[in-house]
Amino acid sequence: MMAVLALTGLALALGAVLGYASIRFRVEGNPLVEQVDAILPQTQCGQCGFAGCRPYAEAIAAEDADINRCPPGGETTIVALAELLGREAKPLDPEQGEPRPPGRAVIDEAECIGCTKCIQACPVDAIVGAAKQMHTVIAAECTGCDLCLPPCPVDCIEMVPIAVTVDTWKWPRPVAHWCETEPHLRTGTAS
Amino acid sequence: MRFARRLWRFPGGLRLAGNKAMSLATPLVEAPLPERLILPLRQHIGAPAEPRVAVGQSVRKGEILAQAREYVSAPVHAPTSGRVVAIGEHPVPHPSGLSAPCIELAPDGEDRWDDGLDVPEDPSSLPAAELRARIRAAGIVGLGGAVFPSAVKLTPGPQQVIDTLVINGVECEPYITCDDTLMQTRPRDVVEGARVLRLLVGAARCILAVEDNKPQAAQALRRALTGEAAESNEPRDGIEVMQVPTRFPAGGEKQLIRVLTGREVPRSGLPLHIGVVCLNVGTTAAVYDAVFRRRPLISRIVTVTGPGVRRPRNLLVRLGTPLSHLIEQAGGYAIERPRLTMGGPMMGLALSDDTLPITKATNCVLVEPQPAAARTLPCIRCGACVDVCPVRLLPQQLYWFAQSGQYDKARGHGVFDCIECGCCAHVCPSNIPLVQYYRNAKSEIAAAERERSRAERSRQRHEMRQLRLEREQAARKVRRRPAARPTREAGQ
Repeated sequence: MMAVLALTGLALALGAVLGYASIRFRVEGNPLVEQVDAILPQTQCGQCGFAGCRPYAEAIAAEDADINRCPPGGETTIVALAELLGREAKPLDPEQGEPRPPGRAVIDEAECIGCTKCIQACPVDAIVGAAKQMHTVIAAECTGCDLCLPPCPVDCIEMVPIAVTVDTWKWPRPVAHWCETEPHLRTGTAS
Repeated sequence: MRFARRLWRFPGGLRLAGNKAMSLATPLVEAPLPERLILPLRQHIGAPAEPRVAVGQSVRKGEILAQAREYVSAPVHAPTSGRVVAIGEHPVPHPSGLSAPCIELAPDGEDRWDDGLDVPEDPSSLPAAELRARIRAAGIVGLGGAVFPSAVKLTPGPQQVIDTLVINGVECEPYITCDDTLMQTRPRDVVEGARVLRLLVGAARCILAVEDNKPQAAQALRRALTGEAAESNEPRDGIEVMQVPTRFPAGGEKQLIRVLTGREVPRSGLPLHIGVVCLNVGTTAAVYDAVFRRRPLISRIVTVTGPGVRRPRNLLVRLGTPLSHLIEQAGGYAIERPRLTMGGPMMGLALSDDTLPITKATNCVLVEPQPAAARTLPCIRCGACVDVCPVRLLPQQLYWFAQSGQYDKARGHGVFDCIECGCCAHVCPSNIPLVQYYRNAKSEIAAAERERSRAERSRQRHEMRQLRLEREQAARKVRRRPAARPTREAGQ
């Protein structure tokens, strides 16, 4: 009898603490959305069919959308999302387009008529200019989303692939891995 | 005052064949001026210098060609008088083989100094700020190869107490003898530079560290320190010469500090956090030139050596001199299809061709025959790499993570603490290019980090834009309401 009472009392007390904690330390919003959003490349291009990275993150968190709809993120993003959500990694959905090397928009400033249409289309406010004034792209802020290309009435915007400089160059992986040079030594899985 | 004479040991390391005698046989001479000098705007760590000259402009020797705008940066000076013939992209000595902005100078052969430069002066009365300003204006960077701007290193901040200044003349890599040559030919300048630097950082003790395979250099420094007659090993004015055992990489900054003081530079910390500032002997001599003679850094000693050149030697070279010109001065190639390396055989960078210019970082040009393609075999976990790692890392484990793309784990195992000394790859019985894997992992991690910070900025910009659009829409609604009927559609 004593034991039953003690355990019941304990359960009630701890239940009260947990109940209080759930109200006191309530997390605003869905933390999963934040985590998914942090993995997405923030290009804001809408190629996934949603109006930006955050709406797509919300859809993924709600399990309304698949994780393979982000071409700019490519395989890295899919793998990271699969790991986070415990889902199966799968190849990129070809409906959303092919992944391509990141580019930056460049306005042919001689052609620009100053219509401001690209400025309104840019999701990250990376184009500066005013009506009937020449526009230009802030190269460091451009995400290469392509959204400024269709509205331009004179087709003066071009996506230029980002050139590798000594600052962004990456050391290549050594090519002579033993799996390639000594195939007969390969017995099981490499890693 | 007595100094502790004890030396400590750093973990791991290797005893390597020195191969140093070949380039020491011929005395140091100044290389003649080439037809063209190519000066990269970034020969240092930090922001590139910004050009201050125009194409076609005539410049005097020592005149500023490009000025440092950022704090961590260094100016570039004209190594001789001449005319600026181009400002633009040119291949630079970098592992990528890519081009970077350079200024090209056609020497006029007169080699005339800029007025106001080359004035002998006694700097003992100058305040510390003025000394730092001179070191900065002279474009001095770490000439041991790290090319970090020296003025920044010599500004440890008011909270940091520096008790030891280390002047690094260890030069532990095989083949390289430029610091040895410098210590033998200009010992007085090194000692005078060390005197100024010791007072500048406020260190009680200054150690001129020389590896024990360079007895002549150590003797020259001792003579310069104590006077021609006396050759005692007693410290003078807080400065002493110490010989450290020959073991690669004893010349690494952290390894040398460990050997001399027993202190360990903390992970992702700097020597100044443990009260030490460490500078190369070449840097010290450059500081002497800057503060006593107001001369900017426009030349350096370069070792041109290896089995691939006819007459290996040390040359005093103007910065910007093409490698081909130096190799000519060393008797030309002795072999066909040579492999060029900037730096030593352990840590040097492979160069694509000999049109590349000498920069502040070039201590050695090593010419060797192309190596036979090594058969890379699987890792057998022998642990030889662990025994030689001077940073106490687990090279085989890092290799495992790097080759399988598990960069997070590689980072967790300290890949960024790797000093890329190459000891692990040198002893690997399976010939695995370990350092290449670590460099690959490091640059992949750095690129991912850049991408993450860029994405974060884009996200913020996008959110701010959404907020602005909502605000504008709300404002429009408020404006419309008094009209009581829909006016013409605003905008689209």
